[in-house]
Amino acid sequence: MTERTLVQAVNRGLFEAMQADPDVVLLGEDIGVNGGVFRATEGLAQQFGTDRVVDTPLSETGIVGTAIGMALYGLKPVAEIQFLDFIYPAFDQIVSELAKFRYRSGGQYPCHVVIRTPYGGGIKGGLYHSQSSEAYFAHTPGLKVIVPSTPADAKGLLLTAIQDEDPVLFLEPKRIYRSVTGEVPDGDHRVPFGVARLVREGTDASVFAYGAMIPPTVDAAETLAGEGISVEVIDLRSLVPLDEAAVVASVEKTGRAVVVHEAPRTCGFGAEISALLAERAFYSLKAPIARVTGFDTPFPYALENVYLPDAARIAHAIRSTVRSG
Amino acid sequence: MRATDPELLQTSSVISSARVRPERDLVSTAAPSPRTSPGAAADPFPPARLPEAYRTMLLARATDERCLSLQRQGRIGFYVPLSGQEAAQVGSAAALEPVDWVFPAYRELAVALVRGVPLVAILDQLFANSRDRTKGRQMPNHFGFRDQNFVVASSPIGTQITQAVGAAMAAQRRKDPIVTLAYFGDGATSSNDFHAGMNFAGVYRTPTIFFCQNNGWAISLPRDRQTMSPTLAEKASAYGFRGVVVDGNDLDAVYGAVREARARAIAGDGPTFIEAQVYRFGAHSTSDDPKRYRPEALVEAAKRRDPVRLLRDRLVAAGLLDDARDAQWWEASRAEVAKAVESAEGVAPVDPMSFLDDVFATPTYRLQAERDALEQLVRDGVVKP
Ligand SMILES: Cc1ncc(C[n+]2csc(CCOP(=O)(O)OP(=O)(O)O)c2C)c(N)n1
Ligand SMILES: [Mg+2]
Repeated sequence: MTERTLVQAVNRGLFEAMQADPDVVLLGEDIGVNGGVFRATEGLAQQFGTDRVVDTPLSETGIVGTAIGMALYGLKPVAEIQFLDFIYPAFDQIVSELAKFRYRSGGQYPCHVVIRTPYGGGIKGGLYHSQSSEAYFAHTPGLKVIVPSTPADAKGLLLTAIQDEDPVLFLEPKRIYRSVTGEVPDGDHRVPFGVARLVREGTDASVFAYGAMIPPTVDAAETLAGEGISVEVIDLRSLVPLDEAAVVASVEKTGRAVVVHEAPRTCGFGAEISALLAERAFYSLKAPIARVTGFDTPFPYALENVYLPDAARIAHAIRSTVRSG
Repeated sequence: MRATDPELLQTSSVISSARVRPERDLVSTAAPSPRTSPGAAADPFPPARLPEAYRTMLLARATDERCLSLQRQGRIGFYVPLSGQEAAQVGSAAALEPVDWVFPAYRELAVALVRGVPLVAILDQLFANSRDRTKGRQMPNHFGFRDQNFVVASSPIGTQITQAVGAAMAAQRRKDPIVTLAYFGDGATSSNDFHAGMNFAGVYRTPTIFFCQNNGWAISLPRDRQTMSPTLAEKASAYGFRGVVVDGNDLDAVYGAVREARARAIAGDGPTFIEAQVYRFGAHSTSDDPKRYRPEALVEAAKRRDPVRLLRDRLVAAGLLDDARDAQWWEASRAEVAKAVESAEGVAPVDPMSFLDDVFATPTYRLQAERDALEQLVRDGVVKP
């Protein structure tokens, strides 16, 4: 075990994966000499050489398209997109190509690429350095979508992603890259996909969150514990595949559900969780499902603190849910 | 056909002769304008406007100095310096007319000044206050000023390039004698939109100027790793139009190239790509530490051709400036910046509900419901703006 920040855990995971397997190569903008704009690849070019930690020209479609080619040929590329907000020039390669190679070839050409990218608000990044657009990707069949919220999960899920057989979008909550530290198991520590993490047990309400929304959700749960409300917090961490059993079981126990994400509300991942609960836990519900989300606006610069869900908003929603039934 | 256009061939031959000289050697050379394609500087910068150009450059430089320190003090959230690119920006913007449309990236502060944007309006955007024309929506340096035909910038690299071509197509259709000019960097030449925009402009022969400030770097990636083209300008010939290289520190060369490109565009002779070779003196932005990837010696070498100093020396040589007056102008620029900072910092912050405006012309039912819910949360003391 070693104490690391979330971004250090990502770095460590990349380091170990590269050390273990010469087929693992990294590519992205400013990831080599500069070590990545968030330092996630710090030291790796020095350690493994610039032919394995490849600084690319400024083209996301170039990054993802060539990563696909590498993967088809048998390498294990891990692409970095500097900010999730800049992934869209590669959207075609991701949605039309990466996610569909296995399917359209009848299984002949599986295409295993990991795309890592920092996402989310809270760093004064405005419209284009704050987005949380996981739902576009979760809506794309063939793509796995993973969002760690702790250093141990960042490493463990990343190692699983690199060893997986399918394309993975690995979303890193940049807001808590450095603010969250924790013990990270050394060596080949893997966290399986499709298994939610029980952050905190409770009996009155279930709160489902992921990524940078976990710390304020835990704060809210603590506040409410002081008011006699017992909150169960579940970190989804794997949006696709989703641990449906854990989501349903928790609500069967508590009878109340609140979903938290920073992405806009309409068609956000919370809508999927709400629909799932309506389908599979309807008769357990004692109150309407509540969503605490970002707004249906672009991500604003000056007012990001109003835009982003925080512990007070989350606690308020849980309280209202508990009181309403 | 355009492929046999003698001028195009001439340009290509000029450009291919540059192939023997790697551009990065040229960046540090002390020669006056070694990189300008012959014939590009037909029109010199109007001599009568030189002092004004110099003062705009001083104002931009003084704004850089001050804003870097405001950012360090946490008074503004972010800043993108433009030091080293003043002549390229002032020279190009001065060659346009007010009716022309500018599609900037995020580094074009001096262009905004030349187009008549008051410094205080720029500071309002940097402070994201309630007087900010863009309502505090964007990070600093993402300016937009409709009155000055300065289209609002975004962060994604290259997207403005196709848009500038489209606006030019619209002007063509309306027979308006205007040009559109897209500003972008060397890094942007790798973007999807660069290639799409160049291709459309070539096909439709649009009145567009592609003004690339090649400052040697795209964050940490040096120009010679961005593309193996010996110059960026020669990419234009593959799209069937003219590309020229200019010394971006030479106000005459920049101005002349844009003037000529503009005249050709208005005459129906189509687009021009101009590669202005400059050097990024500072960090990419306040989020970046260039010491990690760029030897200081390169910057020192490039600073020997500091565009502000070059123009200063020229004005002195012409008897239009002396040390005392130069010091006075510097002082005046710093005072103007200080005044604008004071004014902008004193303005109230944006209204906490204002981020819900302007998503659509008329808010949807959903947005209205979200506003009502937020107002309720504020009344309940849950959200404390
Ligand atoms: C599509 C996209 N990818 C990545 C980025 C992150 N980024 C911001 S600026 C920049 C470098 C741009 O270099 P260049 O075009 O040369 O312009 P300069 O900053 O040098 O003026 C990068 C990679 C971005 N803004 N947009
Ligand atoms: Mg550049």
